[in-house]
Amino acid sequence: MLRYILNRILLIIPTLIVVIFLIFFILNIVPGDPARIILGQDASAEAVAELNHELGMDRPMLERFFRYLLDAVRLDFGESYRSREPVFDEILAKFPTTLMLSLLAIVGMSVIGIPLGIISAVKQYSVLDYSLTVSSLILASMPGFFLALMLILIFSLKLGLLPSMGADTARHYVLPVLALSLTNAAYLARLTRTSMLETMRQDYIRTARAKGAGKRRVITHHALKPALIPIITVLGMNFAWLLGGALITEMIFGLPGIGNIIIRAVQMKDVPVIMATAIFLAVLYKLIMLAVDIIQAVVDPRLQLRLR
Amino acid sequence: MKQTPAGKPLPPMADMWYRLRRNRAAMFGLGMIVIFILAALAGIVFIDDAAVFETNPDARLQSPSSEHIFGTDDMGRDLFLRVIYGARYSLTFGIVCTLFSLIFGAVLGASAAFFGGRVDSAITFVLDAVICIPNTLLSLSLVAVLGLGFCNLMIAITVSSIPSFARIIRSIVLSVVGQEYIEAARAIGVSSARTIFVHVLPNAIGLIIVNAAMNVSGLIMSAAGLSFIGMGIQPPAPEWGAMLSDSLKYMRTYPHIVIFPGLAIVLTALSFNLLGDGLSEALDPRMKE
Repeated sequence: MLRYILNRILLIIPTLIVVIFLIFFILNIVPGDPARIILGQDASAEAVAELNHELGMDRPMLERFFRYLLDAVRLDFGESYRSREPVFDEILAKFPTTLMLSLLAIVGMSVIGIPLGIISAVKQYSVLDYSLTVSSLILASMPGFFLALMLILIFSLKLGLLPSMGADTARHYVLPVLALSLTNAAYLARLTRTSMLETMRQDYIRTARAKGAGKRRVITHHALKPALIPIITVLGMNFAWLLGGALITEMIFGLPGIGNIIIRAVQMKDVPVIMATAIFLAVLYKLIMLAVDIIQAVVDPRLQLRLR
Repeated sequence: MKQTPAGKPLPPMADMWYRLRRNRAAMFGLGMIVIFILAALAGIVFIDDAAVFETNPDARLQSPSSEHIFGTDDMGRDLFLRVIYGARYSLTFGIVCTLFSLIFGAVLGASAAFFGGRVDSAITFVLDAVICIPNTLLSLSLVAVLGLGFCNLMIAITVSSIPSFARIIRSIVLSVVGQEYIEAARAIGVSSARTIFVHVLPNAIGLIIVNAAMNVSGLIMSAAGLSFIGMGIQPPAPEWGAMLSDSLKYMRTYPHIVIFPGLAIVLTALSFNLLGDGLSEALDPRMKE
């Protein structure tokens, strides 16, 4: 098991090199040179050329790529063109907000979605089951930003119950977390339902029933755990997605997170910041997927053989 | 499976269409898609740019009425006309970008699955790396490089949806290639090209279509999202996402300006999702829970 984990962590390195190369390649076609972005339109041509030389921008692309790799190993991702601060510090400063938001959203969607899914699997074809299917279809077709705006319109502007901007108190997190969890809660509920129905058809459930276990006991003791295993993967993927993909929601609610960094960096063509955020999020993605696999192996004895 | 009079089973696509026709939700989705496409075409033919772009201070912020059924926006422009006019953007993003990423994804995924070995490892390795980069970040970086604009946004969205397509198509083709009839075709010396086009593709196409239909709604939403944050189509062009962000400050007092473009996005995406759901049920009736 330990060897497997170490192996997987080592395998992240070649993937990262490809990620860095791809982003490096894409961002190197950015029109306009970095010194121009830093110094502004009024700077003299000599000053621009000098700063470009200082930044090493006059070197061939491959040389810069390998230099970047060497620096990245020491967690030095360069300075932001805009603030001239080390990029990594800025990411670490904003990360807690995004992490908090994503974790709360994961908890939110699990608390709403999983019980609903279980109930509608147990009471198949009931009113609840039917309305779950309909609402999950509608929510799946609703862009996150529109859902967020509607929540603000109802709970903040019309009812005046919750704040719509900022990250000062816990109340500020309610609407963004709701906006991020509702869409996925509906999807999660449908998935739980399918998985639960699938599990209920397995032989070991029939065995348990045949041995005289009551319906409730079969659900809580025999069906629930195996049915929730595929859910872990989905939660993990959602978590990874939220860390890098909640940027529009962060923007709407004025939360100072990673999304904030990304949007500003893209608008300013702040290449080092875009690079570093992409690398940071790619590493997180890989680690989350590894965690998902480990958790699955721990919960599901059928998988443990594969990890030897 | 439905039988033709001669007793032969219908070809897979005809069978799929037969089942799809009996699925009311899917047919509703298909009908809505046709209506949206017709509306977008009508918008191209009948709505002149003046009605959509020119401001009209006398008619600012009117609520829906018989004259303006969706009301007017903060510049006095008719919202109904703007929403219809904007249909062209979202539909193009959804359908055209899906088609292009489908083509590139199919070439990558199918060759990985069909040739296997080193080709497969190389393609899978790169795809796995690209998938680690969050999708929005990838398309935003591409927009930063290419610049704003209709075509550039299309390229950015297409490129960032290729990897997931390629991975799905790879696994679909892989499941077909593993079948015995493909082995048989290879054994009697059928050429690679003929095997791919005559034996592999027709058997993989159903699942590919299902995934494509589901993808359209995702692309419509992400294009609207990019425009919403100002990195896609720019106002005053009536792209639905751009219309939303453009009228945020009036949301409290005149919510209709925000609600109508938003509903347009939801309805379009819903139609494609209904169709996709129906297609996947029609393809594999066991999937119907």
